Amino acid sequence: MTIIEKLKNPTRRQLIVAGGLATGGLLLGYAFSGPSRQTLANRAASGEGEQMMATWIKISPDNTVTVYVPHSDMGQGVITALAMMAAEEMEADWSLVRPEQAPAETAFANENLGLNFTDGVNIPRLLQGVTDAAFVKLSQFMSLQVTGGSSSVRFTGEHGMRPAGAAAKDMLIRAAANRWGVPASECTAKLSHVTHPSGKSATFAELASDAAELSPPSTPVLKAKSDYTIVGKPIPRADIPAKVDGTAVYGVDIRQPGQLYAAVRLAPTFGSEVVSYDAEPILARRGVKKIVPIPGGVAVVADNFWRAKEAAAALDITFDTKGNEKLSMASLYAEHDAAIAADDSNEDVEKGDVATGLANAASTKQATYRVPFLAHACMEPMNCTVWIRDGKVDVWVGSQDALGTRARVAEVSGVDFDNVTMHPLLLGGGFGRRIPLRSGFFDFPSEIDFATLIAKEVDAPVQLLYTREDDIQHDAYRIAVTSSFTVGVDEKGMPVAWKNRYTIKDDPDEAAHIPYGVADQSIRYTDSQSIVPRGPWRSVAHTQHTFFNESFIDELAHDAGMDPFEYRRELLKDEPRHLAVLETVAEKAGWGTPLPKGRARGIAIQKSFKTIVAEVAEVSLGADGAVKVHKVTAVVDCGEVINSDTARQQVESGIIFGLTAALYGEITIADGAVEQSNFPDYEMVRMSDVPEIDVHFIESGAEIGGLGEPATPVISAAVANAVFTISGKRVRELPLKNHDLTPKADKLASAAE
Amino acid sequence: MSVSFTVNGVSHTLDVEGEMPLLWALRNELGLNGTKFGCGVAACGACTVHVNGEAMRSCSTPVSSVDGAAITTIEGLAAAHGAAEKLAPIQAAWIEHQVPQCGYCQSGMLMAVSALLSENPNPSDAEIDETITNVCRCGTYPRIRAAIHSLSNA
Repeated sequence: MTIIEKLKNPTRRQLIVAGGLATGGLLLGYAFSGPSRQTLANRAASGEGEQMMATWIKISPDNTVTVYVPHSDMGQGVITALAMMAAEEMEADWSLVRPEQAPAETAFANENLGLNFTDGVNIPRLLQGVTDAAFVKLSQFMSLQVTGGSSSVRFTGEHGMRPAGAAAKDMLIRAAANRWGVPASECTAKLSHVTHPSGKSATFAELASDAAELSPPSTPVLKAKSDYTIVGKPIPRADIPAKVDGTAVYGVDIRQPGQLYAAVRLAPTFGSEVVSYDAEPILARRGVKKIVPIPGGVAVVADNFWRAKEAAAALDITFDTKGNEKLSMASLYAEHDAAIAADDSNEDVEKGDVATGLANAASTKQATYRVPFLAHACMEPMNCTVWIRDGKVDVWVGSQDALGTRARVAEVSGVDFDNVTMHPLLLGGGFGRRIPLRSGFFDFPSEIDFATLIAKEVDAPVQLLYTREDDIQHDAYRIAVTSSFTVGVDEKGMPVAWKNRYTIKDDPDEAAHIPYGVADQSIRYTDSQSIVPRGPWRSVAHTQHTFFNESFIDELAHDAGMDPFEYRRELLKDEPRHLAVLETVAEKAGWGTPLPKGRARGIAIQKSFKTIVAEVAEVSLGADGAVKVHKVTAVVDCGEVINSDTARQQVESGIIFGLTAALYGEITIADGAVEQSNFPDYEMVRMSDVPEIDVHFIESGAEIGGLGEPATPVISAAVANAVFTISGKRVRELPLKNHDLTPKADKLASAAE
Repeated sequence: MSVSFTVNGVSHTLDVEGEMPLLWALRNELGLNGTKFGCGVAACGACTVHVNGEAMRSCSTPVSSVDGAAITTIEGLAAAHGAAEKLAPIQAAWIEHQVPQCGYCQSGMLMAVSALLSENPNPSDAEIDETITNVCRCGTYPRIRAAIHSLSNA
């Protein structure tokens, strides 16, 4: 069967193709399709239940190896980490490896590549000479991978980079064996050379042309972990130098000839429509070129962003709020409570018989928890630059889903997908915000939609930029959620029946599930619709459910008169990975050892994205009741660590991101509009709030897990649990800043005993 | 109005509204994009530059107020520490400690910290907390602190 025939076979799970470069190098492409994690993002990016990924490796005549990573780097170090995985399997000399994001201008890792081969024009310079027709077909199957769900390393790395690197090594070794007339089994690849015991040696580059003539192996053999020389090391990130001298180019930094700038004036109340506005005085302002109507508002286009923004703010405009002004947090929470009370619910987990379990319990406990909406507040305000001309569209943006963005721009512009060129740029933060996904364009249009609509009306490239106020008030928010527990315990206080009803199920599926050994469980959810746009937020549904479950289990521990660590330990005795993480965090944090007066520790644990994280927070309360987190100890079992420094960095990052939500994070709705607007009223953790962070990894050898998100959801419960120990106040609704935690002298004294 | 100032040693004269913030003069009039827009209300520090050696939040600094001033942006930070150096010591420390993640806030962080260090070469943690109030959403703060101390102790 030829490669093309194999490609036509829909059951085929992995594809390898290779071709020579005109300059004498080798280009190897590896594609894999596999079952998708249940996310909206993945469903949008590929067929239902399946996601695809492509990896490209190039060997150049100067013996450098370029690894093209089909992911966005929004600070998580993924481009370096994935290149490390390929280089390790390939036996490349790391000093000769160039990790790169799949090139922007040529839409490298997607089907445009195939089109380029078909018609022979606009072939990316580095691909000239690659004529294997298989690329055409292969590339039609490819899409740029969504960066989300902490999936880069565990999906693309595990299923793409490693086999691609191993395949390249296999071909290089066979090329050397053929050239030297020796068995391949006698040749060794190391540090970008292939050698033979006879003393023969060749660089990868010298073998590349011969290797390109060989068939790639169908099942590349991976190295034993004990032989690793690159993976697991604290390799410096390739993207950092440009981020300390101002040369890094983010979406907001792109400039094209004749570029104009657009600012929006959006109705504060969601779902509003524009009634009228007075364009004349605005068009008379210096630099203003045009006013463009967009759904729910207008855009002002000018020759300088500040002029556009000032003009948009000065516009006299009237909106019709269409009845949506009735929405408030009180109305929303009343709906939540009514939905939970009615219990018209959908199954999440049903195990045993919770009704009988509750009836037979020694006692039961009821509690209701809530979290508010959260904005992402990426440091780079949302922006998108679009140029529509001659039936073609160019779009420049930092996106977590380059292909989805391209598809969306095609749809909104009415220009054929093939004539839309996406130029992915660096993201100044992502956290789930930069996935161009809404549940319907006119319900929740995004900045990408707006930029495209504006560009249709302007004969120039236009950069739409949100102000911070636009960004905070027109995000796709982490949803507000209510969760209600009724739990029965035995005579020792251990849970025997776990009934949980919550509003709105979000990804991932298992976020609300508990790891604890409770015989009877009924976890169900109700649907609750809201006009507030909703989107994934770092660790998605784990953010809310970890706070709920890990706080409530802490309540049960205290009610039982047990140490919260020992209580969890007892309940996790049949979960060895959880138990190891829990026991290690207790040991590393010095759980149970004396603390300075007025301080207490709180503990929490959660498995998310196949990684288990436990955190212990050491907390005190200021005289004004302000929560001060002194130290966080985190223990992480992600199966395997690829880059020990960036892995640590992601855990630090996740904790601080989650700490902002725990202490301050709150988007509230009044009159159908977001009440907060900028950092003064949507507060962020700053230098003075940051605890000492002590991170430890357990390399359990379990299936590799994600790292971008799993540290985030655990911290809120760890801190709130410590607050309870100090103050006796159980916080059942975030953020902590809303609670009067002013310490009482007697409580401080007892906490310190 | 006509406003003149130097940016990284180069003289510029602009005919712009006096109330235009320096940030937008730098980014949209002069094409110096290293200085970032974060909040527009001097709350996050992403736009921090040096005006006559002092850290200023350029999003809330009208150009009329910097007429005749010497401005340094991230693009000129290395040269300001000696033309022969490719990187200022603080930039080298940022690489050594692998500080940036997304990197968007780091121009402002570097400008704020370099101003602090030129005034106070050995700041305490409390002084760092009080002076460096810039926002970083990726949470690079612990590494920023470590990088500052590595420079202080050098």
